[in-house]
Amino acid sequence: MSSQAKFTHAEAAEQFIADEPRTDWHDDTLWFVREKRDKAANSLPEWEQLRQWASDIKYHVLSNMHQYLEAFEQKAIANGIQVHWAKDAKEHNDIVYKIIKDNQVQRIVKSKSMLTEECHLNEFLGEQGVEIVDTDLGERIVQFRKEAPSHIVLPAIHLKKQDVSETFHEHLGTEKGNHDPQYLTEAARGHLRDKFVASELAITGVNFAVAETGGFVVCTNEGNADMGAHAAKIHIACMGFEKLIPRAEHLGVFLRLLARSATGQPITTYSSHFSKPRAGQQMHIVIVDNGRSRQLGREEFRNSLKCIRCAACFNTCPVYRRSGGHSYHTAVAGPIGSILNPNLDMEANKDLPFASTLCGSCSNVCPVKINIHEQLYLWRQTITKEGLAPKAKSIAMWGMSEVLAHPAIYRLAGKMGRWVVKHLPFLTNNGLNPWFKQREMPQAPKESFRDWYLNNKQK
Amino acid sequence: MKIGLFIPCYIDQFYPAVGVASLELLEKLGCEVSFPLNQTCCGQPMANSGFEAMSKGCDKNFVKNFKGFDYIVAPSGSCVLHIKEHLHDEDDPKAADVIRSRVYELTEFLIDVLKIEKLNASFPFKVGLHTSCHGQRGLHLASMSELVAPAFSKPGALLNMVKGIELTRPKRVDECCGFGGTFCVFEEAVSVKMGKDRIDEHQDNDVQYITGVDTSCLMHLEGILRRQNSPIKTIHIAEILNSQL
Amino acid sequence: MSARESILASIMANQPVSQDLPQIDLRAVINYDNVLHQFKTVLESIGGKTMEINGWDAIQQMMQADTKEGKQMVNGIAELGAIDANLATQKAAELASVQRAYLKGGIAVAENGSIWVDEAAMVNRLLPFIAEHLVLVIEEKNIVATMHHAYQQVASFDSGFGMFLAGPSKTADIEQSLVIGAHGARSLLVCIIP
Repeated sequence: MSSQAKFTHAEAAEQFIADEPRTDWHDDTLWFVREKRDKAANSLPEWEQLRQWASDIKYHVLSNMHQYLEAFEQKAIANGIQVHWAKDAKEHNDIVYKIIKDNQVQRIVKSKSMLTEECHLNEFLGEQGVEIVDTDLGERIVQFRKEAPSHIVLPAIHLKKQDVSETFHEHLGTEKGNHDPQYLTEAARGHLRDKFVASELAITGVNFAVAETGGFVVCTNEGNADMGAHAAKIHIACMGFEKLIPRAEHLGVFLRLLARSATGQPITTYSSHFSKPRAGQQMHIVIVDNGRSRQLGREEFRNSLKCIRCAACFNTCPVYRRSGGHSYHTAVAGPIGSILNPNLDMEANKDLPFASTLCGSCSNVCPVKINIHEQLYLWRQTITKEGLAPKAKSIAMWGMSEVLAHPAIYRLAGKMGRWVVKHLPFLTNNGLNPWFKQREMPQAPKESFRDWYLNNKQK
Repeated sequence: MKIGLFIPCYIDQFYPAVGVASLELLEKLGCEVSFPLNQTCCGQPMANSGFEAMSKGCDKNFVKNFKGFDYIVAPSGSCVLHIKEHLHDEDDPKAADVIRSRVYELTEFLIDVLKIEKLNASFPFKVGLHTSCHGQRGLHLASMSELVAPAFSKPGALLNMVKGIELTRPKRVDECCGFGGTFCVFEEAVSVKMGKDRIDEHQDNDVQYITGVDTSCLMHLEGILRRQNSPIKTIHIAEILNSQL
Repeated sequence: MSARESILASIMANQPVSQDLPQIDLRAVINYDNVLHQFKTVLESIGGKTMEINGWDAIQQMMQADTKEGKQMVNGIAELGAIDANLATQKAAELASVQRAYLKGGIAVAENGSIWVDEAAMVNRLLPFIAEHLVLVIEEKNIVATMHHAYQQVASFDSGFGMFLAGPSKTADIEQSLVIGAHGARSLLVCIIP
C-alpha cells in the first residue's frame, strides 16, 4: 500500500503563496478562529485540567479498546442498531453500498464525516452510479466545485464569497454577482431542504460513541446531520473505532472542549445523542479500522488516535494558514493529518511530517494533549529509516554529519571561507539556493568565535 | 561554579559577536567560564531532518567537550533544547545524562540559576522581542499564548532591566518566524512568508531592532530584512544585555 | 476470519497496558454565582433569545397570536393543551410547513446556554429541526452550572434520542461570516419559568 502523491506539500504551498493577498486573507481568517478559541479557553479556569482529563480518558480507552468495542457493540445491538465492521476503506464502502442496494434507495444525503472522506466514499459510490448530496454548507460548496474539503471543520475556508457566489450561480441559479453570505446561505437552505425532505437514506459521521449506552453523538451547528437522520428511513453512522468513550458522563469533558477548541463556541448548536432507531427506521453503525489498529501498536504514534477532529491545530499552525488544506493532499490536512497520514501510506505522505517548523503550537492547543510536534519529529526519523528520504538529502546530511563530528575538519572547513555558508543544510548552495531566493546570505565575519577566543582570551 | 560555554556552530562561524557578548556578560556577572575548543554542533540539523542516527558523532564530540562542567550555557534556545531532549552517548551514557540536566539557555541561566534582578546595561532603542519557539514552548522561557496560565517571560524580564530600552511585542506575540532548521530551504515559500509576516508586525511597532534568544531565527529574519533594504536590524539578546550604550 | 474478529484481534494485540480512568473532580470545575444570569448571557451571545415568564399564560398568548396571524404552529407541551396524536408519526414533507414549534426543555446549562431536549419532549424527532422557529420552555430550577452537572442529571438515554440544543441553527461556512438559520430552526426563544 504505497503510492506517490501528485505533488509535495512544498510545491503546492509555493503555488498557494504566489497569490499573497489571498494567502494573507486565509491566514488572518484562520488566526481569527484561533483567537476565538483562546477567548473560549480562557473563560474556564480549569481548561488545562480538562485537557488532561480528556487525554487520560482517551488513553484509558485506547488501552482497553477491545473490551469497550465489544461492550459498545453488544449494547448497540440490544438498542436495535445494526453494527458492521470494516477492516479498511474498501470494506467500509462496500458495506454502505450494500445497504443502499439492498434497500433500493436513490436519494441519499450525507452530513460531515471525515472518515467517509478518508475512505473516498463519494467517489466510490459515484462509480457505482449512486449520487450523494453533501449537506453541510461548506461541503456542498466544495462538492459543487468537485474539490475536496480543505479543512475538517471549515471545509470551504479556502474560498471567498465571490467564489461561492459564482458556484451557486452556476448550480443553484442565484443572482450573478450577489456575494452576500446571508443570501447565499438562504439559497443553500432552500436547495438542501428539498433534498432532506425527499431523502431516503442519511449518512452521518460520529463524534463520540459511548460504550455504556451503545449510542453515539453527532455535533453540528447547521442541524444538517439531524435533518437527514430524522427524515430518512435509513441512517448509517460511520465511525473509526477510536471514537469510543466509556460513559455518557465523559461526554461532559469532551463536549466542553470540542467546540471551544474548534471555533470558540461554548458548544455546537446541536449535540445529538442517538441511541435507538425511531419506530420503523433502520439504524446502522459501521465501525472502521483502516490502519487504526496498526497505529495503536506504534507506541510513539498511538496517541494520535486520541484526536477528536476539532482542527484547533489547523487554525494555530502557521504553515497550514499559509499553505491551505489542499497542499496536504490528504483528507485530513494540517498538523494532525501529518501524523495520521504516514500511517495510512508512508510513501505517499512522506513529505507531510516535514511541512512543519516544529514550533509546537499544535500540541499546546490540542484539547486531548496529543504531542503532535514531537510525533512529527519522530515520523521524520521513521521515514528516513524506511529509506524514503531523497537521496541528495541523505548524502548532504551524511557529509555534514562527518564534518561536524570531527572538530579538526570542522575548523579547517570553517577557515576555508566559512565552510558552513556552503554546506549547512539550511544554507545549501547547490543549484538554485532556496535560501537566497528571497533572503540575503549571512555576512561571513573575519574570524570565528573560536579564533577570537584564542586571540583574546587564551594568550 | 565552572561554566562551559557552548557556542553553536553557526554562531561560531557567522555571529562571533553573539559568543563574545555571552562570554563577557557571564564573566561580568562573576562566572568562571571556559570555552571547550573542540566543540562543533549539537547535531540538530541532522536530527530535525530525520537523520537522528547520523548525529551520533556530534553527540560523542559534545559529551567529550562538556563533561565535568557544573553548568553548560549557550546563547540558543533551540540548540539547548536539542541537547536536553536528544543527547545520548552509548560509550558514556551517564555523562550524557548529566549534561542534559545541566545545560541551560543563557536567559534561563541568568534568571533561574544566577537569579539576576538587575543589570548594568543600557540600550536606548525601540526593540521588538521575537519569541523563539524552541526556547519558549520547549524550554518554557516564556508563557505560551495557547495555554491558560499566568504570563511571564524570562527574556522579557531581563530586557526590562536594560536602561533606555523601549520594548515592544508583535501583535501575534509568539508566532513562529518560519526558520525551522532545514524547513527554511525545503519549504522556502512558507518559510519566507512566515518571516515576512513577523517582520511586518514588528514594523507596525516602529522598532529599530528585533531581538530574541535564537540567532537562527534572527539570521532568517535578517536575511529577509536585508533583501528588503529595511532599516530594521536584528540583534541577539546577549548583545543587548551586555551593551553599555 | 470475519472483519470483526480480525479487527478485534489486531486491537487486542496492539493495545497498550491498561491505564485507569481519571477521577473527574467537580471541585476543580467553574461555578457561577448566578446560573440563571450566566445561562441567559451565554445563550443570547450565541443567537438565542430568552424571556422570563411567570406562568403558562404568556406562552398561551404567543400561541394565540400565531394562530391569529395564520401561522402554522405546533404544540408539544402537555400543560398547554392536547398534543396532536398524528404528530409523532408525521413525515418530513408534512412537517416542512411548521412555522413555530413549542416544546419543553429539560436540564439547561449555564456555561454554554444549551438545553437538553429529550425525544419524549420533541414528540417527533424531526420537529425541533424542521420547524422554522422554536420556542422552548424550561424551569429555572433545572439550570445547572456545567456539562458535568448536566450529565449527572441526564441519566436516561432509554428514549432513543436526545440532544443538547444551543441557540438557532447557524453556519459560518462562507468566509467565516456568521449566518443564522442554516438548515434547522431560524430562531430559538427560551422561556424560563420560576
